[in-house]
Amino acid sequence: MTHTPDILSSLYVFLLATFVGLEVIKRVSPLLHTPLMSLTNAISAISIVGALIIAGRAETTLSTILGTLAVTCSMINVTGGYLITFRMIKMFKRKAPKK
Amino acid sequence: MNETFISIAYLAASAAFILALKWLSSVPTAMRGVIIGAIGMTLAIGGTLLSPEIVSYRYIGIALVLGALIGIPMALMPMTAVPQRTALSHAFGALAAALVGTAEYSLRHDVLDRFTMFALVIEVLLGSLTFSASLMAFGKLQEILPQRPITYKGQNIVNLAVLGVALLTGVALVINPANTLLFPVMTILAFTFGIMLIVPIGGADMPTVIALLNSYAGLSAAAMGFALDNKLLIIAGSLDGASGLILSIIMCKAMNRSFSNVLFGAFGQVQTGPAGKVDAKPVKSTTTEEAASILANANLVVIIPGYGMAVAQAQHKVRELHDSLVKKGVKVVFAIHPVAGRMPGHMNVLLAEADVPYDKLLEMEEANSELPEADVSLVIGANDVTNPAARHDTNSPVYGMPIIDVDKARVVMVIKRSMNPGFAGIDNELYTMDKTLMLFGDAKAVVGELVKEVAAADS
Repeated sequence: MTHTPDILSSLYVFLLATFVGLEVIKRVSPLLHTPLMSLTNAISAISIVGALIIAGRAETTLSTILGTLAVTCSMINVTGGYLITFRMIKMFKRKAPKK
Repeated sequence: MNETFISIAYLAASAAFILALKWLSSVPTAMRGVIIGAIGMTLAIGGTLLSPEIVSYRYIGIALVLGALIGIPMALMPMTAVPQRTALSHAFGALAAALVGTAEYSLRHDVLDRFTMFALVIEVLLGSLTFSASLMAFGKLQEILPQRPITYKGQNIVNLAVLGVALLTGVALVINPANTLLFPVMTILAFTFGIMLIVPIGGADMPTVIALLNSYAGLSAAAMGFALDNKLLIIAGSLDGASGLILSIIMCKAMNRSFSNVLFGAFGQVQTGPAGKVDAKPVKSTTTEEAASILANANLVVIIPGYGMAVAQAQHKVRELHDSLVKKGVKVVFAIHPVAGRMPGHMNVLLAEADVPYDKLLEMEEANSELPEADVSLVIGANDVTNPAARHDTNSPVYGMPIIDVDKARVVMVIKRSMNPGFAGIDNELYTMDKTLMLFGDAKAVVGELVKEVAAADS
C-alpha cells in the first residue's frame, strides 16, 4: 500500500492529541463542565473542513448535496457552539452584581 | 503558495484548539479559551476556502449562511434548555461526519485502499449511531419522548446483535470496498442501534449518555481526518473524543457505575429493583414561616440543588434566597453533585446564570467537609444524590454511589413537589429522618415564599 507512511504519522498524531486532550481536560474545573462540552462540540465541528471540500469540488450531484448538507450541519455547531460557550462563560462571576 | 498558507493555517488552528481547552480549565482564563478557539476555527475555515480543490462557492455560501441562521438562535436558548441543545448539536456534528463519509464513499468506492475504507467505516458507523442516539436523547430531554427507561427482556442481546451485524458489514466493506450494497446496510444498522441504545436510558442517566455521545461525535470527526489524511481533523476530533471520555468516566464514578456498563447501554435498569424496606414512616412537613425563621437564625446553610430546581425554573428565586440570607449574616454555599441535573455541570451553569457567585458553588467533596458544621441543609429538587442509603444499605440500588451528606447537617429541609420517588424510583430514607422537615410544593413558589419570610423574620 502506498499510503503506509501517512497512516503511521496519522496514528502518531491521533495518539499524541488524545494524550494531550486527556491531560488538558482532566484539569478543567467541574464548575465548567457544561461550557467544556459546548466548546469541544464547537471544536469538533471541524468536520466543516471535510464538508467544504466535498461541497466545493462539485464532482457529482449526490456528493454536492451531501457536502452542502454537511456544511450546514457543521456551521450550526460552529456558530452555535462558540456563541453559547461565550454566553455561559460571561455568566460566571466571583461577586454578585449590585442591584 | 496557497498550499503552504493552508498548511500553516491548519497548524495554527490545531495549536489554538489545544490552548482553548487549556484556558477553559478555570474561570479567569476561560473567556480567552473561547476566543482562541473561535480564532482557530476561523483560520481552519478560511484556509479551507482558499483551497484550489474548491471550484464552486455557490452552495457553500448558501450552506454557511443557513448554518449560521440556525446556529445563532440555538445559542440564544435559555440555560434550562442547555441539555437538549447539547444533544441536538451532537446530532448535527455526527450527521455532518456521516454525510461527508457517505459522499467520500460514493465518489471513491472503486479506488479506495483498505485503510481509508476502514477509516470511512468507523466515521460512518459512529456518525450514524451518534446521530440517531443524540436525536433520541434530545427527544427524551425535550420530553417529546417518555423520560422513563423502556426495558424488555433480552434487550442487551438484541442491541448487541444489531451492533454486531453492523460491525460485520463494516468488516466486509473493508475487505471489499467496491461492494456498494453493503454501505447503506451498515449505515441503517448503525442508525437503528443508536435508537435502541437510548431506549432503556432514564433521565437520571442522561449526563453519562450525553458525555459518551460527545466522545463518539469527536471520534467520528477524527476518523474523517484519517480518511482524508488531514491532521487538523484528527487533532480536533481526538480532543473532543478525549473530553467526552473523561466526562463520561467522571459521571460513571459519580454514580458508582462501571465504564463497561455504560458502553453496553445496560444502565437505566436501576428502576427495576426498588429494594430495601419500605416502612410507612411518617414525614414531618413544615410551613415556610417556620423554615424561614430556622434559616434566618442559622450560621451556615448549604443548598443542594437538583434537576427539580431546573424543572421549576427556580434558580433566580434561589439566588434571591441566597441574597436575603447573606443580608441576615448567614453564610450560604451550594453543594453540587457531579450528576445533578441532566448533563455535566448543569447546576453550575443555571446558578451562574442567576448571578450566584461561582466561588459559592462547592464540589461534592468540599461540600461534604462543610456539612457536619452546617445548621441547615436545604435540598431543592435533588433526590437520589442525597439518599443516605447509598452509604449503608447494601440492598439499595444506589448503594455505593457517592452522595452529598445532607443528613450530617443539624436540620435537613427538603423542598419537594410530592412524596413520589425520584427518577431511579427508590425511596429516600432522608425524608423520614427525625431532623428532616419537608416543604411540599413547587420549588419556585416555595423558595419565593421563603425569600419573603426570611426578609420578615427577626434574627
